[in-house]
Amino acid sequence: MTLEILGITVLWTFLFGYIILGSIDYGAGFFNAYSIITGKDHILSNIIQRYLSPVWEVTNVFFVFFFVGIVGFFPKSAYYFGTIFLIPGSIALILLAIRGSYYAFETYGNKGHKGYAFIYGLSGLLIPASLSIVLTISEGGFIYIEDGNPVLDYWALFISPLSWSIVLLSIVAVLYISAVFLTWYANKTGDLKATNLMRKYALIWAFPLIITAAGIIYELSFHSSEHYERIIDLGWMFGLSFLLWIATVLLIWKQKNYGTAVWLLIGQFTLAFYGFGISHYPYLLYPYLNIYEGFTNQAMAISLVVVFILGLALLIPSLYLLLKLFLFDKNYLQGKQKKE
Amino acid sequence: MLFEDPVLASRFLTMLTLSFHIIYATIGVGVPLMIMIAQWVGIKKNDVHYILLARRWAKGFVVTVAVGVVTGTVMGLQLSLLWPNFMELAGQIIALPLFMEVFAFFFEAIFLGIYLYTWDRFEDQRKHFFLLIPVALGAGMSALVITIVNAFMNAPQGFDIVDGQLINANPIAAMFNPAMPTKVSHVLATAYMTVAFMLAAIAAYRLLRGSNHVYHKKALYLTMKVGLIFSIATVIIGDFSGKYLAEYQPEKLAAAEWHFETEEGAPLLMYGILDENNEVKGEIKIPFALSILAFGNPTAEVIGLNEFPVEETPPLIIHYFFDLMVTIGVFMIVLSLIFWIGIKRGWNFVKAKWYRWLIVLGGPLSFLAIEAGWWMAEVGRQPWILNGIMTVEEAATSSDYVGLMSILFILLYIVLGTGTIIVLRRIFKENPVEKELKIPQGGNNA
Repeated sequence: MTLEILGITVLWTFLFGYIILGSIDYGAGFFNAYSIITGKDHILSNIIQRYLSPVWEVTNVFFVFFFVGIVGFFPKSAYYFGTIFLIPGSIALILLAIRGSYYAFETYGNKGHKGYAFIYGLSGLLIPASLSIVLTISEGGFIYIEDGNPVLDYWALFISPLSWSIVLLSIVAVLYISAVFLTWYANKTGDLKATNLMRKYALIWAFPLIITAAGIIYELSFHSSEHYERIIDLGWMFGLSFLLWIATVLLIWKQKNYGTAVWLLIGQFTLAFYGFGISHYPYLLYPYLNIYEGFTNQAMAISLVVVFILGLALLIPSLYLLLKLFLFDKNYLQGKQKKE
Repeated sequence: MLFEDPVLASRFLTMLTLSFHIIYATIGVGVPLMIMIAQWVGIKKNDVHYILLARRWAKGFVVTVAVGVVTGTVMGLQLSLLWPNFMELAGQIIALPLFMEVFAFFFEAIFLGIYLYTWDRFEDQRKHFFLLIPVALGAGMSALVITIVNAFMNAPQGFDIVDGQLINANPIAAMFNPAMPTKVSHVLATAYMTVAFMLAAIAAYRLLRGSNHVYHKKALYLTMKVGLIFSIATVIIGDFSGKYLAEYQPEKLAAAEWHFETEEGAPLLMYGILDENNEVKGEIKIPFALSILAFGNPTAEVIGLNEFPVEETPPLIIHYFFDLMVTIGVFMIVLSLIFWIGIKRGWNFVKAKWYRWLIVLGGPLSFLAIEAGWWMAEVGRQPWILNGIMTVEEAATSSDYVGLMSILFILLYIVLGTGTIIVLRRIFKENPVEKELKIPQGGNNA
């Protein structure tokens, strides 16, 4: 494995981590707001708050890791994406800031401001939408070079069915991932009402997910035929992913093994996400930037890998401790106090 | 202006974000240490007041940490959005500390989450105390490595540029650049000092507003003592920083001191204003002091600003920032030293109302000094973004919408700033310490 491949694999993995954790977080925010508006908040808010509060900062770090890491491994991407990403990036940042401060202002301060909860829930859907634009841009066809600098063609992006398909998929995926996870989490806490409600949401969002995902492959067939062909070559990954989706939905439908359902869901998204990533190889930004041209110098690459390994050695036990205390601790889940 | 020139707009937006972020970042670095100290003292003395102190600080801390995290995220991404050319070049050599910062942040985030939600889960307070060590370490480490990035921008090294291409990269050498030791230690010391005085100001304010509880007196004494220690450290490191500047960035020192002609036995100018002919008016001149500051030798030769090409000299406005920073620093040392001696010797005036008002004033003043110090350091390396290598003009984005985005971010910072104040006030107003002390071991989570 070359350092270039290793670098992009690490980054892709962290982006995947962010997508899963972020989806749970964003979706939960949306369901929280929705339940307040429909007067069902007494059912949901408890489990949502208890899971989210201790981990939201960790979720945020996955995002920071990705954008710092990509500049580290592929400094040229800072130039291309930095220049063109100003508006969607700034909007995503502002929404992220609103969300982050919600935890401080609402959860720790004073509970129950409906307007803020609403903005918070809405921002959870808009952030993935604004961030997913970067995936569209990287397909190529939305950037032209003017005076030696890349410029984003906003109109082409706006009228492109591909960009809307990706936005739609990101929103639906957020709701689906979050609903499946919270079904399991609610079930663990023994909260039957919340489990049933989340289960209902999971089933509602399962079908739009597959339709939008298929829609993207269809759009790609005429937007970028090269990429489309590579996806077809990797057809087995997407096929397997589809089977896992069926299995997840079946388990949730039959109301059993929610834990297995979460793992199947993660497997489904892993296959689809890596399949998409591999099919995009070797481009970061088609056709201007590929991972070989944009890679950093040898010395930096090696030191980044070393720091990465050391960092993981520190992180994995810490993350394990966090999960043990908040996700797998029976007493905490059920809201009881326990002395150790 | 802001809407026409992406360079100016990028500078403005970066200044805005950083100036806002460092308030929260300073709190984020300093408060974990203070909580640690309070909790340690509480365990050692078996005094519930100190434990409560730690707990109440932690409660307020969460609010500031959340805003610090989001503004830090904004800053991190804005680096690439506003300065893409800089990040393309510097990313090849300074990505290592940036990457380390993320890990430090990660580490801190995990343990802060655990610390804040486990107040009632351990029988033994010491277990809970140990969770604070990684939090304080992680916070200190983030400050350390991110300041290394800034030090690198002031004293770039660890690479060669041949025909516009960066070669011979040495990331470790880049990190251990000459500006690094003074920058890092100054940032850490001032953060601890500022936070100590901020917490002192709160305690003094509570005492002034009627509460005469011994809890606040303990808090005041503890924080003033910690503040005194770190402000003395700050002055010593500040002196080293002066010597660093004289050696490596003489134009910054000369601009900060309005020192135009190269001379031996150079005087230090305090205050004063500059008229349109660059004549200094109304200054206090301390003979030989600049030579002492620069080289530790009253007759040493200090390079003047006239030795540098005009287009490479920093704006002269940084003199005011320098004065502001130093004056506040000295004021805080004197204030805390007199307080400390006064308590020991039983001088009554340190408990008087006017003295406590001065302590209250010291909180915001310390933050002002932090801002002034950063403005001086950053404006003082204009026109460079990478000193001697890349100017800010070459580094900025070519995108046209920075001015528009600036307005959005101004609104965001207004919301976050007022939100912080409102929420903090609400938390503590509804929950005065007298009320909390009545519940022996109670309280809700965080």
